[in-house]
Amino acid sequence: MAARKAKKLMQGNESCFEGAIYAGCRFYAGYPITPSTEIAEGLSRRLPQIGGKFIQMEDEIASIAAVVGASLAGLKSMTATSGPGFSLKQEGLGYACMAEVPCVIVNVMRGGPSTGYPTGPSQSDVMQAKWGTHGDHPVVALTPAYVQEIFSETVRAFNIAEKYRTPVIILYDEIVGHMREPIIIPEPGELEVIDREKPTCPPEDYLPYDRRLEVPPLAAFGEGYRFHVTGLNHKDDGFPTNDSKTIEEGVKRLIRKIDNNRESIWKNDGYYLDDAEVVVFAYGSTARSARRSVRMAREKGIKAGLFRPLTIWPFPDKALKEAVKKARGVIVPEMNLGQIVLEVERNCPGMAVTGIHRVDGEPINPKQILDAIEKYR
Amino acid sequence: MSTGAATAKKQKLSVPFDYNKYIRKNKLPHIWCPGCGHGIVLKSLLRAIDKSGLTKDQICMVSGIGCSSRTPGYVDFNTMHTLHGRALSYATGVKLAKPELKIIVTTGDGDALAIGGNHFIHTCRRNIDMTILVYSNAIYGMTGGQFSPTTPQGSMSTTSRYGNIEPSFDCCELAKAAGATFVARGTAYHTQELERTLIEAVRHKGTAVVEILDSCPIYFGRQNKYKSASQMMEQIEKDGTIPAAQAEKLPPEEVKGKLLRGILHRVERPEYCEQYLKLVEKALGKGNE
Ligand SMILES: Cc1ncc(C[n+]2csc(CCOP(=O)(O)OP(=O)(O)O)c2C)c(N)n1
Repeated sequence: MAARKAKKLMQGNESCFEGAIYAGCRFYAGYPITPSTEIAEGLSRRLPQIGGKFIQMEDEIASIAAVVGASLAGLKSMTATSGPGFSLKQEGLGYACMAEVPCVIVNVMRGGPSTGYPTGPSQSDVMQAKWGTHGDHPVVALTPAYVQEIFSETVRAFNIAEKYRTPVIILYDEIVGHMREPIIIPEPGELEVIDREKPTCPPEDYLPYDRRLEVPPLAAFGEGYRFHVTGLNHKDDGFPTNDSKTIEEGVKRLIRKIDNNRESIWKNDGYYLDDAEVVVFAYGSTARSARRSVRMAREKGIKAGLFRPLTIWPFPDKALKEAVKKARGVIVPEMNLGQIVLEVERNCPGMAVTGIHRVDGEPINPKQILDAIEKYR
Repeated sequence: MSTGAATAKKQKLSVPFDYNKYIRKNKLPHIWCPGCGHGIVLKSLLRAIDKSGLTKDQICMVSGIGCSSRTPGYVDFNTMHTLHGRALSYATGVKLAKPELKIIVTTGDGDALAIGGNHFIHTCRRNIDMTILVYSNAIYGMTGGQFSPTTPQGSMSTTSRYGNIEPSFDCCELAKAAGATFVARGTAYHTQELERTLIEAVRHKGTAVVEILDSCPIYFGRQNKYKSASQMMEQIEKDGTIPAAQAEKLPPEEVKGKLLRGILHRVERPEYCEQYLKLVEKALGKGNE
């Protein structure tokens, strides 16, 4: 066994770009915005050292476009942004879903709406991540809560993107983005790294959108396949169509591709869930406070537990239903005015679901959550 | 069609160009209307590509959204039909990721200069190696005839019912000012000349912008009282333009109101991907510290 690696003090955003490099990311395009800028700054230094490409584009729309172009040319690609920039990326995100181009989009959430509170944390983009781009489309979004976890979840984001030919969103907030914690950088090979499947058939037989396959292999431009990519509804060969059956089947396959693989995309963390009578459902930095609240409640003899999703989309309905089986109520703290709480309500019919919400740019503290838990004493 | 002896002799001498080498024949018929110039431009482009010596695998054609942006679907290259206005950004990603690819962008005047205007100027500024064909038909064709940034002042369109009050862009001046290192103008009327211009544009290392005047007889022509597609081509593309070399020798009053054709600007300036390689050398030097 290799000697135990020393811990390194790292900021969340640093951990993100080091995770991306570990996952094989070799292309970054972005436009600076607080509180995500350190990712761009770090990659502008790191990527050229390892044969990667970094470009600062003129805006966020151009950035996601360049990322998708680079991915089609065969490089693992990503961009990072925050609130206003995430809004601008929505059309490009939909294109990546439709054209089935692997890529990773980091959104370090800050207060909104509009320019809002650039240096304050928020979790108000969770629904935008799901519904921000128009049309029916699949969404995968991950919500790490610790600096170490940002590293591993960034690797996982690339893996999901590559495996399912889909954009993956990483949502964390200003608190974990700017927090420094000691982390251990995994050795090469320690974490799984997945690369997209490439076609092996003769070019004339290649169908980049083959409906018979859940995830058709993806060729890279310039390697002999000469395929066509469009954001229009298309046939199996990638060319546009007006045929209603083909359109419907194409859109349904997009959704199915993620739906059928939810089990492998989901990832949750539980704390004292086994006998929990009150479950706190929390994600991102809020889950850190919630963990503390649960411990404090247990010390007081209250059977509280924490359900912490690392995959927020697709929504972890199955595991949540399982976790609340013995519960009398669910508490959902989030730094917005009520987004994921609605999803929790939908999945826990008949159960008391209490939201704790905050949009003043301050984190939700353990005491706030504990107060809500104590009602179940 | 003439069947005279002279014509027959001429045909024997020059081997007719086989467009099938580059066309995805099973994707035809195309969507372009009768009288539209986009197909004529494509033919000049394919002849130019053929003379460039590039293989089909070496070319990546990228477009935005619009009638002109449908071009990549019909040609047998690596092809990408993207979002309205964003072709140059997608193309930048492809190029930087794989600099060995030759990037050709087909875009409309609306796609390139209205919604994509910001990307247009910044692409020119970077001088990243790509050939950009702006199909300038002075109208939004795909959406049915609204005015565009190149619609002449006073013209009618479905959104300028009393005549367009906005002045228009000169695409070539804009490209030059933004830093493009090759700027040219051609027309769908002058097909041979356009072919020659495009050969030079494709050969150029850096951002090459070619504005191509072509006509939209259905949406621009009808609303502006042109009698036919051919009359439109003659009036706008033939009589409305003059070769830049010829214009230089004429008194200004004879050139007034005409747009210049040919290569208007060509300079050498470091290309973006080459600059990036130099940056990598620096980064590696630092990495060893
Ligand atoms: C974001 C967005 N806005 C608007 C449209 C609608 N739209 C499609 S093509 C087009 C204009 C195309 O005009 P131009 O670029 O000049 O090309 P042409 O069709 O004339 O060749 C517009 C406005 C769109 N597809 N996407």
